[in-house]
Amino acid sequence: MDFLTILQILDSTIRLATPLLLACLAGLFSERAGIFDIGLEGKMLAAAFVSAAIAFVSGSVWIGLLAGIGVSVALSALHGVASITFRGNQLISGVAINFLAAGLTVVIAQDWFQQGGRTPALEGLARFSPIELPFASALADVPIFGPIYAELISGHTLIVYLALLAVPLSWYILFRTRFGLRLRAVGENPGAVDTAGVSVVGLRFAAVAICGMLCGIAGAYLATALQAGFVKDMSAGRGFIALAALIFAKWRPWHALYACLLFGFLQAIALRPNVIEEVIGFKIQIQLLDALPYILTVVILAGFVGKAIPPRAGGEPYVKER
Amino acid sequence: MSDAPAIELKGISKAFGPVQANKDISIRVMPGTIHGIIGENGAGKSTLMSILYGFYKADKGEIFISGNRTEIPNSQAAIAAGIGMVFQHFKLVENFTILENVVLGAEEGALLRPSLAKARAELTRLSEEYELKTDPDALIEEIGVGMQQRVEILKALYRQADILILDEPTGVLTPAEADHLFRILRGLREQGKTIVLITHKLREIMDVTDTVSVMRRGEMTATVKTSETSPEQLAELMVGRKVLLRVDKMPAKPGKTVLEIENLRTTDDKGVERLKGVSLNVRAGEILGIAGVAGNGQSELLEILGGMTQGTGNIRLNGDELDLTGKYSDGQSRRARSIAHVPEDRQSKGLIMDFFAWENMAFGYYNDDAYNKGAFWMDNAALREDTARKMEKFDVRPPNPWLTAKNFSGGNQQKIVVAREIERSPELLLVGQPTRGVDIGAIEFIHKQIVALRDAGKAILLVSVELDEIMSLSDRIAVMFDGHIMGERLPDQTDQRELGLLMAGVDGSDALAVAVGG
Repeated sequence: MDFLTILQILDSTIRLATPLLLACLAGLFSERAGIFDIGLEGKMLAAAFVSAAIAFVSGSVWIGLLAGIGVSVALSALHGVASITFRGNQLISGVAINFLAAGLTVVIAQDWFQQGGRTPALEGLARFSPIELPFASALADVPIFGPIYAELISGHTLIVYLALLAVPLSWYILFRTRFGLRLRAVGENPGAVDTAGVSVVGLRFAAVAICGMLCGIAGAYLATALQAGFVKDMSAGRGFIALAALIFAKWRPWHALYACLLFGFLQAIALRPNVIEEVIGFKIQIQLLDALPYILTVVILAGFVGKAIPPRAGGEPYVKER
Repeated sequence: MSDAPAIELKGISKAFGPVQANKDISIRVMPGTIHGIIGENGAGKSTLMSILYGFYKADKGEIFISGNRTEIPNSQAAIAAGIGMVFQHFKLVENFTILENVVLGAEEGALLRPSLAKARAELTRLSEEYELKTDPDALIEEIGVGMQQRVEILKALYRQADILILDEPTGVLTPAEADHLFRILRGLREQGKTIVLITHKLREIMDVTDTVSVMRRGEMTATVKTSETSPEQLAELMVGRKVLLRVDKMPAKPGKTVLEIENLRTTDDKGVERLKGVSLNVRAGEILGIAGVAGNGQSELLEILGGMTQGTGNIRLNGDELDLTGKYSDGQSRRARSIAHVPEDRQSKGLIMDFFAWENMAFGYYNDDAYNKGAFWMDNAALREDTARKMEKFDVRPPNPWLTAKNFSGGNQQKIVVAREIERSPELLLVGQPTRGVDIGAIEFIHKQIVALRDAGKAILLVSVELDEIMSLSDRIAVMFDGHIMGERLPDQTDQRELGLLMAGVDGSDALAVAVGG
């Protein structure tokens, strides 16, 4: 296996980890505020469809992205109304959103574009194109560093860089700002926040809105950057993998990055079975490779990664007690 | 300072549905005083204070703070009016530091760093001024309850509260911690702060307050100067009838030995030995009280006897060995041997809080023929009838089997558990903390029932951290310390001081020497 192959695998790792990372951070904000969100998957899927459809119709990926964020935030608001305002069960509300998105996207896509539940392929400005960082081609011939810069670091779409930037930003917001302190507090003990004179409902809606935005970007990335258009069920369980990564990361932003990179790596090597065969010396069934991220998800969710303590008030609607 | 009262409430009324929690309550609290509000559980004390802190809106009435009419629609407004509240169940974020908890909601700006720096300096100042020493960087979950309470007080002071309301502050504290708290409160009063202390413990009122208001069934029945009243008078005002503060009982007539414990040992799941060879016996018609500071092995003793954990050694009931480790070491087998158990923590071990009273009445006894029709069906009607009868007999209020356990006050919850266990007339009754969080009227009642069971010739093993309760209820007292029995005493031949020394692990003979020498 040569150096370039390694770089290519790592390059795919980053591309594939990006939607996971965005969804994982989305879940992080929501769950840190005490709202469990099993509907990440549905929000991503809805955003993927809407962003592709609107980008195709308008010819602008930016309008598509905004529309994707819009629909995801709307679904988040639905989750918020159900679980914060009406104190409903957060799991049921999330599951409902997943079903809603899985069904509606295909039905609307079929009715709209008549292409078997997909959107037409996106081209040109209707899609995010890779960004060539300065001097990438000029430096490509420099040994070691050149290929790393040109292959691995340069040449991703804007959203990839955004997602990576979101990690330190999330960390800063959560641990270095007033908003972050209150957000973490409301997920641990909403009573403490309430008696301190801060609105529990307001904070939780803010968290859910951030979650919606990030999921929207993740979905738009799937349909307008990673691929060129929407296909049925294209989120492919990424919302659930993101949840597993979130647990794996124990609800911490930097660890979320590492966890998502690990999942991204597993997805990336599944794309190159021949490389695997070359390294380990025998052939592994491609289906098994494809299943690896999901197997890891199950292992993590079954609690094999040590004790992960979720935010203490997570999943519980807040009711003022006497 | 002006003559205006720090707090004046005029004609406050509040109803929750058909329940009138507060009826036309008026009260004046002068600045720089400690004002007690006493009343039984459910008398409306907490509702009144929640109105003052903006948790509820009063249906009627006005609030004046330092003479100015003030609307308090939410906690924010209460804080702005200079009111700080220390809730019975602390409102702290467990995995935050003390500093972060203090700052939460009172930050200076959007970024944390300057707020934290300011709070750190302020905490240092406050801790010097009021004897409130804390480590700002300690996590809440790693400090004791006494310290957590100090954090709640610091939170209020950091928000520049002039009025501090404490709701049942000593419920979770050891006697020493409670004394420390009262020193802090007196210090705050010196500094001109106004303190409202809500409690149902008469001794605290007598110890620390300047004036006291008594509430009963939503009404304010009296406000008096503490120096001009007595515990007996307050108890009567609270309950509405004369209350015996001492247990009224005849001398015990002990019979044959019912329970014999020999060299009982157990180790907890962290590998710490909790019982280190305990030997005891309890006779029929006798109450053996186990005194000790919480966590010295009393809980484990009760749990082994009740079939909740396992141990090694020998326990005989009426001469027959109890199974300590095998198939018959469970609670069901213990009940089959006529051992009834009122567990220490009624809310987690004695009741299921979301179940109806009648469902709770079946626990441990659901195999009783009277509750069953044939091999498969439960006779719920019979069970409900039985529950209604027991609730009536044990004066559970309201006597409604269709209420869930959590809808009863602490005292009435305990009466349900006690009724379930005592009404079986067991050979041996295990009672842990029978009156923890229970109001005076109910304490008197529960004590009477325990004594009545004793007089019926049954053996009773009582565990309590309340030394008063141990001294007044027991016929014999054993003191536990660090998994050992330090010694046994007769209640009329010992005093709180000697028992206190034994509880601290000072041996009996030494104890006397220390007492005499010191």
